[in-house]
Amino acid sequence: MKKLFERMLGRDDRSANQAKERLKLVLIHDRTDIAPGVLENLRDEIIGVISRHIDIDTSAVRLEMTHEGRQQRLIADIPLLPAKRRR
Amino acid sequence: MRESVGSLMTGKVVTITSGKGGVGKTTATANLAAALALGGQKVVCVDADIGLRNLDLILGLENRIVYDLVDVVEGRCRLKQAMIRHKQLPNLFLIPAAQTRDKNAVSPSDMMRLGDDLRAEYDWILIDSPAGIERGFRNAIAPADIVIVITNPEVSAVRDADRIIGLIEAEEKGPARLVINRLNPEMVKRGEMLTPEDVIELLAITLIGVIPEDESVVIASNRGTPIALDEKNYAGQAFRNIAQRLTGQEVPFLDLERKDGFLGRISRMIGLGGKA
Repeated sequence: MKKLFERMLGRDDRSANQAKERLKLVLIHDRTDIAPGVLENLRDEIIGVISRHIDIDTSAVRLEMTHEGRQQRLIADIPLLPAKRRR
Repeated sequence: MRESVGSLMTGKVVTITSGKGGVGKTTATANLAAALALGGQKVVCVDADIGLRNLDLILGLENRIVYDLVDVVEGRCRLKQAMIRHKQLPNLFLIPAAQTRDKNAVSPSDMMRLGDDLRAEYDWILIDSPAGIERGFRNAIAPADIVIVITNPEVSAVRDADRIIGLIEAEEKGPARLVINRLNPEMVKRGEMLTPEDVIELLAITLIGVIPEDESVVIASNRGTPIALDEKNYAGQAFRNIAQRLTGQEVPFLDLERKDGFLGRISRMIGLGGKA
């Protein structure tokens, strides 16, 4: 019953699910030959460049690899800070 | 690119490969060859795993080898002399690998020439690729019209399959087709084995067959008679279904759980009209 409940919440810790999640990540790196650390450096540089021009929420910037079929894609999600109120 | 010279038949070259070793390439090659021959097709299989010959053993032809692939390539015999005819299936032939040489004895262009020669006289030319991503693999896919990647529902096999699929695309031999071998429906049900849907989603290629794990496959190999020849066996049926799909027929995927069909869902997913 507990297991069923967890599964409904999407927390499936059975080994097949772990295998799938681990493979998802490892295949992205295998396919692109980009080491996880490279993405981290890239993120920092992107934050640096963009925040010189506009106000962004630097703590919430996300940089991720996704794929559609066998095509890999780099996705940057960069939340902007609200404009400061003019007086 | 060579042009095939005015031949009557234009057979298809199908290379069976995997990345990881031990996932069932040779067994799959032997069984697909047997299943195609059973369906009346003229088939030759080529063991391209030079130095690690095994297709002869799975087909039960190990005692009849005189010449091999390297003898053909190096001109020590004519093509016909290296072909061994199967006893029960008179339209099935084998060109065995050399056992005492290595992969560098053959080049991709040698294999392309061989493929062209065989296309003229056979409906299907099945090439059993060695494991790995090096010379032997490149030899095996050089003449291919269709590449089948075989994997097990297991992390290292899936990862290596992904590598090989990328290389097949880079060589412009894609899109590869996927066979999932040794699926254990009981473990899938318990959530302790990747489902065929998981594997398809991860690898993003088209599925052409799922073979259930079955001890009778080992027994058939022990005897040297491919399981595809056993009419009542489920794994044999799965191989015969792949052979039919290769020949362009639409065959619904086997319901490996027999009751509640997760494979039925896959069939629908890839548009093959699964059975209920």
